[in-house]
Amino acid sequence: MATPAAPTGGARNGAGPEWGGFEENIQGGGSAVIDMENMDDTSGSSFEDMGELHQRLREEEVDADAAAAEEEDGEFLGMKGFKGQLSRQVADQMWQAGKRQASRAFSLYANIDILRPYFDVEPAQVRSRLLESMIPIKMVNFPQKIAGELYGPLMLVFTLVAILLHGMKTSDTIIREGTLMGTAIGTCFGYWLGVSSFIYFLAYLCNAQITMLQMLALLGYGLFGHCIVLFITYNIHLHALFYLFWLLVGGLSTLRMVAVLVSRTVGPTQRLLLCGTLATLHMLFLLYLHFAYHKVVEGILDTLEGPNIPPMQRVPRDIPAVLPAARLPTTVLNATAKAVAVTLQSH
Amino acid sequence: MFAGLSDISISQDIPVEGEITIPMRSRIREFDSSTLNESVQNTIMRDLKAVGKKFMHVLYPRKSNTLLRDWDLWGPLILCVTLALMLQRGSVDSEKDGGPQFAEVFVIVWFGAVTITLNSKLLGGNISFFQSLCVLGYCILPLTVAMLVCRLVLLAEPGPINFMVRLFVVIVMFAWSIVASTAFLADSQPPNRKALAVYPVFLFYFVISWMILTFTPQ
Repeated sequence: MATPAAPTGGARNGAGPEWGGFEENIQGGGSAVIDMENMDDTSGSSFEDMGELHQRLREEEVDADAAAAEEEDGEFLGMKGFKGQLSRQVADQMWQAGKRQASRAFSLYANIDILRPYFDVEPAQVRSRLLESMIPIKMVNFPQKIAGELYGPLMLVFTLVAILLHGMKTSDTIIREGTLMGTAIGTCFGYWLGVSSFIYFLAYLCNAQITMLQMLALLGYGLFGHCIVLFITYNIHLHALFYLFWLLVGGLSTLRMVAVLVSRTVGPTQRLLLCGTLATLHMLFLLYLHFAYHKVVEGILDTLEGPNIPPMQRVPRDIPAVLPAARLPTTVLNATAKAVAVTLQSH
Repeated sequence: MFAGLSDISISQDIPVEGEITIPMRSRIREFDSSTLNESVQNTIMRDLKAVGKKFMHVLYPRKSNTLLRDWDLWGPLILCVTLALMLQRGSVDSEKDGGPQFAEVFVIVWFGAVTITLNSKLLGGNISFFQSLCVLGYCILPLTVAMLVCRLVLLAEPGPINFMVRLFVVIVMFAWSIVASTAFLADSQPPNRKALAVYPVFLFYFVISWMILTFTPQ
């Protein structure tokens, strides 16, 4: 932890007008105290320290004002009691204002602390949970335990985004990069959050014992199977292999989620509704990711050799040179046609 | 001159000696008086020197506190803008011009860095928000160098050898970025959770490396 060094001469020079009131208060029995213990900041960053410092300065001013007001109050007691009361009220209001600002700033930082318990994991725990997400447990009479953490699911969603990008690039799906990242992030996060909310809503209707956090964690870890399948099949382009993995790996992770939900739901209709919906959505999502973002292998050759004309884009066809003698005019014609098309396209 | 002092009465048990040194306070005073009046050239040169010194620290990563202690966001901004400019297609033939790509790279870099910082804070790290942004931004330097090299290599004729050279350069720079950022960030995490904090950094630089590797000017 770094504490910035300060020249003591500067401190002494700076101990002029601001500390004047402080010295007076010492004589009067001193009530304004500098809280030195909070100075040892772990952050060491000047920006945040500035903010905190201004906060502390304002509070100290309020303190000093309150102390000064009390001192004045003490002097004028008896003779002008009501004036003392007024100044005490003003000091009180200033103290409240300062306190309100401090609590607002604190709640801004404390928002992160709301999520802190969900990130309290060890690497060994994450590893074991990843492996367990592929193993369905057939205990349906007791509610199965779901780990309520968000680190694993969040990292899996980001990994899925990275794998999708990798897949999109090697398969020449969309040349224009502007929508690549947005599509991937939107798809993955949309699936994770959207389907979790939908299944949570269905669970509420079906009286299942599951909280939103648990649903998010369950579905997040269920994406581990998707990550594995997509990672393998984006590199080995065989449709039969994909279908095999879709059934095996996708099926295993879906079965695990279904088993957990069954153990937490009562009644056959409810179980069927809930688990059927989840299984359908989960398996269909893997199918969608593979086929919507995957094209045939020529994409790899494109990245090796340089891109050809991108698919699905209207390009002016080259006017064929019918006669060898006419080659020069055709190139001129082609160039003009292309230029015209470009200007038309850009409008 | 000393006549007025005789009026002051201080009780003996209140200590009036000692130093009141509040480091940040004096720094405010220093900044107000000294750096406001200097010439623009001085300011720019001083900032550029600080940025350059941190570049050196990234290129030769050792466990040091310099990046963390005097953090600044100039370096990351310069690197991010350079990378985003170089990743533009910039040709008339593509339907979308270079606009969205600049914004895309910018958004990826900054929001990725913010996400990683939040993650490391939530895992219990004692690093400040802006320090972490500073480190992650500065460690993009090897990847920017890789982008420059790739652009030069792409001037030659395309082919598998071209791709292999670019792949090799990007992989090496990617590893360098991760090593550099780990050297700075690892100390701020609890010792058993370093892997949890490093993994998103790996993903982040992987995405940037992938954008660099698959860049082809048309």
